[in-house]
Amino acid sequence: MEDLLEIKDLKKYFFLKKGLFSFNKETIKAVDNISFSIKKGEILGLVGESGSGKSTIAKLIVRLIYPQEGKIFFKKEEIGKFSREKLSKNVQMIFQDPFASLNPKLSIGTIIGEVVRVRNKISGEICSKGEVREEIKRILATVGLPINILSDYPHQFSGGQRQRIGIARALAMRPRLIIADEPVSSLDISIQAQIINLLLDLKEEFNLSFLFIAHDLNLVKYLSQRMLVMYKGKIVEEGLSEEIYRNPQNLYTQQLIESIPKIKYWL
Amino acid sequence: MFKVFWERFKHNKLALSGLIVILVLTIQACFAPFIAPYNPTEQNIANRLSPPSGKHFLGTDELGRDVFSRIVYGTRISLSVGFVAVGVAVLIGTLLGLWAGFFGGWVDNLIMRLVDIMLCFPTFFLILMVIAFLSPNIFNIMLVIGLTSWSGLTRLIRGECLSMREREFIQAARLAGLKNNRIIFVHLLPNVFTPILVFATLGIGSAILTESALSFLGLGVQPPTPSWGNILTAGKDYIHTAWWLSFFPGLAILITVLAYNLLGEGLRDILDPKMGDKNG
Ligand SMILES: Nc1ncnc2c1ncn2[C@@H]1O[C@H](COP(=O)(O)OP(=O)(O)OP(=O)(O)O)[C@@H](O)[C@H]1O
Ligand SMILES: [Mg+2]
Repeated sequence: MEDLLEIKDLKKYFFLKKGLFSFNKETIKAVDNISFSIKKGEILGLVGESGSGKSTIAKLIVRLIYPQEGKIFFKKEEIGKFSREKLSKNVQMIFQDPFASLNPKLSIGTIIGEVVRVRNKISGEICSKGEVREEIKRILATVGLPINILSDYPHQFSGGQRQRIGIARALAMRPRLIIADEPVSSLDISIQAQIINLLLDLKEEFNLSFLFIAHDLNLVKYLSQRMLVMYKGKIVEEGLSEEIYRNPQNLYTQQLIESIPKIKYWL
Repeated sequence: MFKVFWERFKHNKLALSGLIVILVLTIQACFAPFIAPYNPTEQNIANRLSPPSGKHFLGTDELGRDVFSRIVYGTRISLSVGFVAVGVAVLIGTLLGLWAGFFGGWVDNLIMRLVDIMLCFPTFFLILMVIAFLSPNIFNIMLVIGLTSWSGLTRLIRGECLSMREREFIQAARLAGLKNNRIIFVHLLPNVFTPILVFATLGIGSAILTESALSFLGLGVQPPTPSWGNILTAGKDYIHTAWWLSFFPGLAILITVLAYNLLGEGLRDILDPKMGDKNG
């Protein structure tokens, strides 16, 4: 299958000043020479413990931060040369914390509507207020939310509903690729299943590809055929999820699998 | 949201009394011609320095003008200086704070050095200096007080924005391809409304105090226009013989500044930033 996103030798170090004097620097190799690719129509899993560099990769892809070295290609074009609009239109993100990811002072209609308007502007469509509202309602319906919530505010919703609003905002751009950074790890188990199934439905409906980040290996095994295991800024294992799960080659991956609670999951 | 606020506000007796005083003062300023029994600049030498009585119930001054009427008209000066000066300070302070916090880097550095400079000047002497060069009229005073009192607000807002910038909703706004101006004014600004409100309320009190001090020194509002500060100036020459001439304008300043401070402190307690987040 064709590559949608290709990452080559990506490197991101953080330099922390330690102590009073700046010559005492600590280097954090958050992403250390990483290469991988996401294929069209797949959900690529990315697992690793806390601090292994997963979110850093996500932010590098959407260019919230910039790498020291390495390149990222989207459909063979280098992302570094994209305008923000072009990148927005192709790659969107779903965030971990459904409470921090929605502006508490803005209504749902504003949060999704402003994205719809940016997209209309990029694609040169001219839309009336009414048309924008119709579009917002359509998007809300696709993520399973009631369509009469345009003037409601984020605090009126539960964690699961907020995460749906976050997904709606990402979809409003009609992207090809969605980076989902632990989108369910702060939700109740029962709600997690709903959101996961929603993502699977949306993938089919809109022909999306995903980079699905999690620290829960079980979840990733359920969602994706292929996955990467990260440890301290490096990819320590890559391959088919089933195989990695059954026969982990790397010591760290083995530990990760052993650490999964042995209780019966909702899956 | 507003209901929650009002519930808490009602139980804060000090803030409530501050608000009531402020409302009374505002009415007094708006309807001064109807409230003042005399023309505040009309002289009556035959009746000079008469003590409080049924006819002039806060007495008259050295030119026989009615002190009560002068204080009522002085409210207009004090409140308008307070509002305009704080308006100028809020405008500058908010804009610079938002820019510093949002852009970071050299923009932040530049703005914060400016803030440091403003903070290390003794503000009152800076104002004195500037007024000494400009002509002391009410317009210049409003402007100068405003231009010298924004730095605290800039610091406050910068701090809020710096932490907000890392929040996911701002990242999401960037990813949506929104323009910087939209992120600053639509996403950040509503989230710093509380510190602005508290700063403005406290700021009005201190601007009124500054104007009174300037007028007292003869560098503020010029006679015969009545201002609480310049009534006091006249009063100090007669402090042993006509106590009412300095006592009542002093009381007016005290009550007004106190009212704004009580309301400001109360708002700060009520609109605790943590609450602002949860309740939208
Ligand atoms: N802006 C930054 N400045 C300094 N260090 C950072 C910064 N961002 C991330 N780091 C460090 O880089 C490392 C990787 O962080 P990252 O957020 O990518 O981990 P993660 O795998 O997403 O972890 P989690 O599962 O907790 O989300 C961590 O050690 C973190 O402290
Ligand atoms: Mg993370």
